[in-house]
Amino acid sequence: MVRLYTDDLSIGYGDRLIVKELSISIPDKKITTIIGANGCGKSTLLKTMTRIISQQSGAVLLDGENIAKQNTKDLASKMAILPQTPESVSGLTVGELVSYGRFPYQKGLGRLTKEDYDVIEWALDVTGTTEFKYRSVDALSGGQRQRVWIAMALAQETEIIFLDEPTTYLDLAHQLEVLNLLQKLNEEQERTIIMVLHDLNQAARFADYIIALKDGEIVKAGNCEDVMTAEVLEKVFAIDAHIGIDPRTNKPMCVTYDLLKGAEK
Amino acid sequence: MTKEKQQSIPFVIKFIVGIIVLICIFTVAMVFGAANTSVREVWLAITSDSASDTITMIREIRLPREVGAIFVGAALSVAGAIMQGMTRNPLADPGLLGLTAGANAALAITFALLPSINYFGIMIACFIGAAIGAVLVFGIGMLKRGGFSPLRMVLAGTAVSAFLYAIADGVALYFKISKNVSMWTAGGLVGTAWSQLQLIIPIIIVGLIVALLLSRQLTLLSLSEEVAVGLGQNTMRVKIILFFIIIILVGTSVALVGNMAFIGLMVPHIVRAIVGTDYRLVIPMSAITGACFMLLADTVGRTINAPYETPIAAIIAVLGLPFFLIIVRRGGKVFS
Repeated sequence: MVRLYTDDLSIGYGDRLIVKELSISIPDKKITTIIGANGCGKSTLLKTMTRIISQQSGAVLLDGENIAKQNTKDLASKMAILPQTPESVSGLTVGELVSYGRFPYQKGLGRLTKEDYDVIEWALDVTGTTEFKYRSVDALSGGQRQRVWIAMALAQETEIIFLDEPTTYLDLAHQLEVLNLLQKLNEEQERTIIMVLHDLNQAARFADYIIALKDGEIVKAGNCEDVMTAEVLEKVFAIDAHIGIDPRTNKPMCVTYDLLKGAEK
Repeated sequence: MTKEKQQSIPFVIKFIVGIIVLICIFTVAMVFGAANTSVREVWLAITSDSASDTITMIREIRLPREVGAIFVGAALSVAGAIMQGMTRNPLADPGLLGLTAGANAALAITFALLPSINYFGIMIACFIGAAIGAVLVFGIGMLKRGGFSPLRMVLAGTAVSAFLYAIADGVALYFKISKNVSMWTAGGLVGTAWSQLQLIIPIIIVGLIVALLLSRQLTLLSLSEEVAVGLGQNTMRVKIILFFIIIILVGTSVALVGNMAFIGLMVPHIVRAIVGTDYRLVIPMSAITGACFMLLADTVGRTINAPYETPIAAIIAVLGLPFFLIIVRRGGKVFS
């Protein structure tokens, strides 16, 4: 079953098209990862699918309805987005920031209900940020801050969560922590997760479905065995990749790679 | 592991302290002036209908002036806070981003073309002028995709302001109304009358209430526009309403006191150091702090070189400029 898909989606600034007539379906209750070189349009695609920027033509459809025509607040209770490196938020405490995840459910001046508090506690707990609750967000390290932003997206209690490079600025252990958390949310709560990742091996390890983009068009979409091949990576990143098998997860992984001959400058 | 405590002092207490400070400063402002009076006389002026010279002076000259200071201070500070939150520009201020200059130019043109216009008309002209000033500055800011940096925005504001002041001066000279116009624009709170306040206070109060109702939306917007959209905010609608609140608050203030920069810049920074960045707290606290600030500045202006008036805009600018430089140097934070 597919709830979310794009139909001939073209996105661009002025005359320059960044994404061209893209039609993709996001498998429900799975983890989908979008990969591609810098500037290939993956962040732009993610922003359009979450109505942050608007398309030139085509549509993004959720449950059969064009998201551009839906009430934005209703939509916020169906999908959450964690943008790339949100700006610093001097002065807010972690608890305050996460409580803003309840915004789509509030009216007026926004007094939090018992249920809101429960969800906020849960979001803090599951991301391991409860101990920072009363600390200022600025005072946290990059990894802690990223987990707080994820907690805010979780407090939104949506079935679909978009994340734009959620592991940037994190060290290896914290990267894995974030991805494990997302996997757990997917497995235990059947949340649909769509994210942009830079690390191919992480994409292969955690994604059920990978979409490889180049210049705003799909090179290959499918499970990791379909996408993590030397041919696909050659087209997408212009690299000569050696694909092996991760001995622990049995997933394909890029063991080593070189620049394509002739592509070097 | 030590359990961290919640905010040390609850907001309600900070707010009450703010109100008490405001009352004290108001009393000081009422007692001191070119003619010093006593607290008892001030009390009689407000509560009784006695008509001795001093009491009449207090009631008809000093009281409206200080009440005006309270509302203008609150309006400009809240306008500054909204602008800083909405644009995420720590240097935003109605005086620095062309709004006051726009209202000023509109004032001069209105005096020239419709010399017999009433106070309400002047106010409307100020609204339109402030809106034009803002649209010019933000329009220039939008020429570059991704927008201008805060400092460039101020540069654009300075250029647009210089242009608008030139228009105002040109119009005033051509129509030989310079004296009239500068009486308004540089006059500060001198000659504030109850009749003006009757018109202006309700408008400012409405502006402040709507600002308060939208304060939660403003906090979201101040985090990041993408986050705000993702959380289901209709950002375009919120921004348009906030824009109108700014125009109304600034327009009424200019109609009453003329040019006034820096107060909208300074007060929100001071307030955020006290209550944090949740605009539900920043907006009411800015109103109170701005009122205190304006009262103090006006009292200093009346007494420092009595019986002559020192322009209040100059007093605020003397404090504001170093403040501005500190914000630039610290990259947006004055206190940290």
